[in-house]
Amino acid sequence: MTKPILELKHVVTKVNRNTPEELTLLKDLNLSINEGDFITILGSNGAGKSTLFNTIAGNLTIDSGDILLRGESIANESEERRTRFLSRVFQDPKLGTAPRMTVAENLLLATKRGEHRHLTPRHLKQHMAEFKEMTSGMGNGLNERLTTPTGSLSGGQRQALSFLMATLKKPDILLLDEHTAALDPKTSQELMTATNERIIAQNLTCLMITHHLDDALKYGNRLVVISDGKITYDVSGDEKQQLTQEKLYSFFSDLQE
Amino acid sequence: MTFGLGVSAIGQGLLWATLGLVLFLTFRILDFPDMTVEGTFPMGAAACVAAINNGISPIWATLIAIGVGMLCGLATGLLYTKGRIPILLAGILVMTAAYSVNLRIMHGRSNLTLLDKPSLLKLPIFAHAPMYFDSVFLGFTVIVILTLVLIYFLQTDLGQAFIATGDNEKMARSLGIKTDNMKIMGLMVSNGVIGLGGALVAQNDGYADVNMGIGVIVIALASIIIGEVAFGELTMNQRLVAVTLGSILYRFVLLVVLKLGFNTNDLKLFSSVVLALCMMVPVFRDMFNLKRVWKRGISTHD
Repeated sequence: MTKPILELKHVVTKVNRNTPEELTLLKDLNLSINEGDFITILGSNGAGKSTLFNTIAGNLTIDSGDILLRGESIANESEERRTRFLSRVFQDPKLGTAPRMTVAENLLLATKRGEHRHLTPRHLKQHMAEFKEMTSGMGNGLNERLTTPTGSLSGGQRQALSFLMATLKKPDILLLDEHTAALDPKTSQELMTATNERIIAQNLTCLMITHHLDDALKYGNRLVVISDGKITYDVSGDEKQQLTQEKLYSFFSDLQE
Repeated sequence: MTFGLGVSAIGQGLLWATLGLVLFLTFRILDFPDMTVEGTFPMGAAACVAAINNGISPIWATLIAIGVGMLCGLATGLLYTKGRIPILLAGILVMTAAYSVNLRIMHGRSNLTLLDKPSLLKLPIFAHAPMYFDSVFLGFTVIVILTLVLIYFLQTDLGQAFIATGDNEKMARSLGIKTDNMKIMGLMVSNGVIGLGGALVAQNDGYADVNMGIGVIVIALASIIIGEVAFGELTMNQRLVAVTLGSILYRFVLLVVLKLGFNTNDLKLFSSVVLALCMMVPVFRDMFNLKRVWKRGISTHD
């Protein structure tokens, strides 16, 4: 039995606390994530998928319950502090990279994720060969544009870069928030394939939100459905392999009723 | 006479370039306008002149000016990051409060002179400098040191985190950069140097005045933007040098304005007009491009 790397226990997250607009987004949510899990997360709009990510990453504080990393509570740690073990890729290509900094400078920033940054020279040149090799693995010409400001890259290149930045320094937990959704179908597929390869090669523990049932079924060893702030469906291993689109559809239509 | 005025303009340009250089940190890198400057600049001047009048050496007095400037920056930074007050208002609050503090520093007087008192410009090393060259030497030394320090800083891990904060705050935070600390640091460093600028200008002019801060943000921004308009696409390091050149150019523009017969009371109007025109250059460029597109649209293919 593998030990869980991250546990969410009876997590309740509210927004607009103590105002008439108070909303409870996560309602007693429980989730136990094992090391090496690649979990695809499905759920309709407003179900709480992004709230779950923001709660894990520390953008939102929890109202009750606990979040444990390898048995230790991290519920009171700041967003910045949690980046020691956690990285994420956002849906919007604009959010993941610094537009006026070059591709190499962005990658260099990511090599020091969660570390203190000192008044020591950055040593960009020493990293160039490594960055060149890493980016050529993405197969989209990123390796030719290391000295280009990321603002002039295509959306696909930016997302590939964001993904590389998130995995450059191996995170304990990787959060992918529909990171291929803003891309055209072909680019989206290419990035998804590259993503899957890298997650398997590095044996990363990953949570991926997606709206593509195909991707949710095809990738990962575990599938979770969130609805109304709770985990309502959780399959892994063989059971997930045998899952079909029809079964998922019927599950979703059951939820609607 | 004209030569003397030219040299004086270069000296003034160099001394004032300190403001442009560090305003670059907040205005261009962190990407927000810091109004604190208008209170910090006279505070640096007042603190320095008051300290010298109290028998403190000019070097220490100048360091005190840097210190009070940093405190102003810290105040704005805390109001902005921890107090969640919009940066423009946070700066205006500190700037307004600084006015009263400055009057306190100057014992209730609006003007404090350095008559017959020592200053950095009267240091023995400047004793043999020809007229006006003392400010050129002092300004040049300060600018070279400041530019080199900034170039080094921006190439460090901390400097890169600082740039990332201004470029994409959400990304910076997701990489573990404490963006609040970066902003406070930027405001403290920039206001510290603006305090220094106030001290240098006061020692050059021979007095501190409680109203000498009015419009300094326009002058500092003018040196940044004139530099950008005059030299176009540049690397980060070249842009820092361009600020100093922009500051000197700006002084020459003022010299021409005065030569045309306007008096010094008109200078603030001209400062604003010059800055506004320079900031509208991209708009004018677009208009001209548009014309070319129209011309192409109606021209026949032959």
